[in-house]
Amino acid sequence: MADLQSQNYIRRSASTLTPPSARNHEDEVAKLIDVTRCIGCKACQAACMEWNDLRAPVGTFEGTYDNPLDLDPHTWTLMRFTEYENEQGNLEWLIRKDGCMHCEDPGCLKACPAPGAIVQYANGIVDFISENCIGCGYCVKGCPFNIPRISPVDHKSYKCTLCSDRVAVGLEPACVKACPTGAILFGSKKDMTDWAGERIVDLKSRGFENAGLYDPPGVDGTHVMYVLHHADKPSIYAGLPENPKISATVEFWKGLIKPVALAGIAASVVAGFLHWVIAGPNKVQPEDERQAEHLLSEERRKRESGENPYIGGGGAA
Amino acid sequence: MASLAPTFGRGAMTNTWQDIKNANLVIVMGGNAAEAHPCGFKWVIEAKIENGAKLVVVDPRFTRTASVADYYAPIRPGTDIAFLLGLIRYLLEKDKIQHEYVRAYSNAGLIVKEGFAFEDGLFSGYDQDKGDYDKSSWDYELDEQGFAKVDDTWEHPRCVMSLLRAHVARYTPEMVSRICGTPQDKYLHICEMIAETAAPDKAMTSLFALGWTQHSVGSQNIRAMAMVQLLLGNIGVAGGGMNALRGHSNIQGLTDVGLLSNLMPGYMVLPSDHEVTFDDYMKTRQYKPLRPGQTSYWQNYRKFFVSFQKSMFGDAATAENSWAYDWLPKLDIPLYDIIKAFEMMNHGEMNGYICQGFNPQQAFPDRGKIRRGLSNLKFLVTMDPLDTETSRFWENFGPQNPADSATIKTEVFQLPTTCFAEEEGSLINSARWLQWHWKAAEPPGKAKSDIWIMSQLFHRIRELYRKEGGAFPDPILNLSWNYTDPREPAAAELAKDMNGRARVDIKDESGATVLKAGQLLDTFARLRDDGTTDSGCWIFTGCYTEKGNQMARRDASDPREQGIAPNWAWAWPANRRILYNRASADLEGNPWNPAKPIIQWNGTKWVGIDVPDYGPTTKPSESVGPFIMNAEGTARLFARDQMVEGPFPEHYEPLESPVPNILHPKVSANPVARVFADDRKAFGSPSEFPYVATTYRLTEHFHFWTKHALINSILQPEEFIEIGEALAKEKGIAQGSWVRVASKRGHIVCKAYVTKRIKPLSIDGKPTHVIGVPLHWGFTGQARKGYGANTLTPSVGDANSQTPEFKAFLVDVRSVSGPEV
Repeated sequence: MADLQSQNYIRRSASTLTPPSARNHEDEVAKLIDVTRCIGCKACQAACMEWNDLRAPVGTFEGTYDNPLDLDPHTWTLMRFTEYENEQGNLEWLIRKDGCMHCEDPGCLKACPAPGAIVQYANGIVDFISENCIGCGYCVKGCPFNIPRISPVDHKSYKCTLCSDRVAVGLEPACVKACPTGAILFGSKKDMTDWAGERIVDLKSRGFENAGLYDPPGVDGTHVMYVLHHADKPSIYAGLPENPKISATVEFWKGLIKPVALAGIAASVVAGFLHWVIAGPNKVQPEDERQAEHLLSEERRKRESGENPYIGGGGAA
Repeated sequence: MASLAPTFGRGAMTNTWQDIKNANLVIVMGGNAAEAHPCGFKWVIEAKIENGAKLVVVDPRFTRTASVADYYAPIRPGTDIAFLLGLIRYLLEKDKIQHEYVRAYSNAGLIVKEGFAFEDGLFSGYDQDKGDYDKSSWDYELDEQGFAKVDDTWEHPRCVMSLLRAHVARYTPEMVSRICGTPQDKYLHICEMIAETAAPDKAMTSLFALGWTQHSVGSQNIRAMAMVQLLLGNIGVAGGGMNALRGHSNIQGLTDVGLLSNLMPGYMVLPSDHEVTFDDYMKTRQYKPLRPGQTSYWQNYRKFFVSFQKSMFGDAATAENSWAYDWLPKLDIPLYDIIKAFEMMNHGEMNGYICQGFNPQQAFPDRGKIRRGLSNLKFLVTMDPLDTETSRFWENFGPQNPADSATIKTEVFQLPTTCFAEEEGSLINSARWLQWHWKAAEPPGKAKSDIWIMSQLFHRIRELYRKEGGAFPDPILNLSWNYTDPREPAAAELAKDMNGRARVDIKDESGATVLKAGQLLDTFARLRDDGTTDSGCWIFTGCYTEKGNQMARRDASDPREQGIAPNWAWAWPANRRILYNRASADLEGNPWNPAKPIIQWNGTKWVGIDVPDYGPTTKPSESVGPFIMNAEGTARLFARDQMVEGPFPEHYEPLESPVPNILHPKVSANPVARVFADDRKAFGSPSEFPYVATTYRLTEHFHFWTKHALINSILQPEEFIEIGEALAKEKGIAQGSWVRVASKRGHIVCKAYVTKRIKPLSIDGKPTHVIGVPLHWGFTGQARKGYGANTLTPSVGDANSQTPEFKAFLVDVRSVSGPEV
């Protein structure tokens, strides 16, 4: 996304300045994914591809309805299907829409060393500002849900924006609009939490004693929440983390190491400046051109052959 | 729809999508609504959340619908009738039927002729040599006035209720479980849940689709559930009904306008060649009431027919020429359905084929036979927005279409057409709504509308007849063609033709003119048989009136928030939203369920949120039945001669079955199923092909269309089959590995999805495995090339509708190292 909404920021990666937060009167928003009324039709995936104009390569069938097989720079949301046999020996087909959880305390943002590459708006949405992204992959490490994916083409990190561009003009996210069964709802975090409460009462009356809301406290809650039939076992839903937390390394980076590291970065900037003064600016060498051409043609070939170059981004944690 | 009309009088979904939210219990059996109808399925979710409804799914596989169900039970493909007749037995035994409703609104008390019998799998009148029934004994005993005799105490041994009890007695829970493989406890639990809806204020809705129709006993599958719903008093009421979920946006429209080889618009029947004169034709279509005072609305058949002929031929259809009856085609055999057409192509008896909006190379059984048939033609015309497999059948695409182009002489004309968003017109949804839609985009390239193409053909053919004469030019030369632009009539003009007009001034009883000559009719009640009205499809009369295009209405207000918005689009017949809604009220006219009334008697007339499917001022005391199309006035538990294989459903095994019929091994399969001799030779035996296969849609795709769309192809890219863990282990098939699935007719090679969602069933003590074959893949489009499920399926048709048996057949499966090259 383009950085047009800086007055909405409440957090900004790698920045010591406090954002102006001109719109801090806004309600916090949330997307509520009611797994118990989801039929796995993938309308949300299609809508996400349409709105964000994303087209992953046509893949292959690999023994699962998860298609594409994983999140990737073209796939910001993905239905994950799990065949689960419950204690009574009955089958349940658990279908979870995976994607960015928009943590209140975002590990990606904390881990990001590029100023302003990751921001959080007053409404709670965590957004990647691509032009500031340096493709270092720290956000991938910082995310407790294994969501961001780095594009091998432009070396930027990508994930669900919660349709911040739609939300900013008073529309619901595209996936919410497309969902035929009302399994994805959008509103204020409070309204979504209240509605989830009603759903949980209904689910308990249908024998799901452990039905509950997934709004994990380890990241101070999320702006994407799930209603689960088995809230006591989130991991049965294709590895939804039981108790997601920002990794100790990231916390360490934010706390102690970051000033030191920033000093190191500053030192390299100084060194770069000296290099420029002494040796003149870097030029694009023919070698670099060839390398870039090669990467692009490789990407084209993979797309044409339908090979998915993003496999190996890792399954859900 | 060859089962709902014989039961209730009309071949259509009885309720609406929105009405599903009023149900207390939703049963999805013979369909997979969440998968195939994800948008409509929102109303099931609504019923669960807002009405506390329970959802029950009975299916060979644990489907996407099952994933949100409250209760699921497995069943062997092709055994639904055994399950449902067992359910009827349970309801009768436990006395869980809505007595007052069944007594007044069904034919339970009518007495059947002496001579009607059922023995060893056959009803009375079977002719072994012809392979057909003489149905004369499948009828009521009539009194001197020609009315059916009745015993409302149900004690007479030949009353319908007594015969039904006797017929279902064999379907004990043990027998059901032996045939269906459904565990007895699960089966009985479902019976119990369903039985609760016999209460007058409780309703169950039955949602079904091709999972029931695509069997050699397809129509009888639906009949069986229709009977269950009648016994429970769930027809005509809010949240009830038999809800046939249509697989295409306009497939209801297809049958409504009679696009079957033996039908005319509005469910009238095309004459056969032994009905030489119009009077012969009308003789069997008088539809005299079978009980005193009944409506028997088909008594008006002559008015619908004459108005149709006037619409077709205008002034050229006169009383003197019997309304141009001779210009209609007359069938020399009962019908020329698609299975018959391809049989004829294979025998060189049909050598030209115009294939409009249809892709038989993918959609019809036994792909090899389809390809051989098309290869035998002189010419093939395809009209489609997409580059279909049918139009490319002659091209070698490798093992997925191994055509030998050099040997094929068929000349193929591929005419690109507009798709729905590139033209205006109406679509008729499952709930019989005629909804107008507007053009949103220009068509690409040289694509032309179907109307333009057909008009061009018509003009050129008419010109040839004018110039050269020909054997029988009359119907072509006399066809009415009064359009602003004769080269391309507007959709609105055609809609007005369907609606119909007054051809003279129409006056009411007082002599005042209600419609002037040339004005559009407002209701089919105005149609006449003297040539003074015309209507291209009588059930549509009222859709486009002097008040404007009723189909274009978009007022969503729903007075009781009960899912009936009377000013949204227009529903046939007469804008009624819930068919047979008189049955939502008791004999005095008060709603069975006061919380969800549809219509009720206020002392002088019927009032409520829907147009009464009944005389608006007919008093309850007149005892007119709510099923006004039926000569009895009631719905039929006993279908008389309306069904080809018998007045009651009976369990017959699929033509390819792993087991003999336990009930009557000598008559194992449907004795009157549509099978040609050559096709019978292509049936496999269980020793060679030991596994039951069934085909189905995936929600990511719509038939063979969306594989042409990139996003759908990304979401489900490649052909696969589904196989249970037990069989996969036995056959050494790993998750996602390559397999070869073969039937007697052909084979496919694709990946395997090893799943917990298909479990082996115990059939008569023997483990039986089911293999699932999704059907979307072909050799054109953006998804990966596939063989298509119809490579495997047998050419067998339901006896009533000729729908192919895609849902139950035999295959073998083995692991292979990789794709064929």
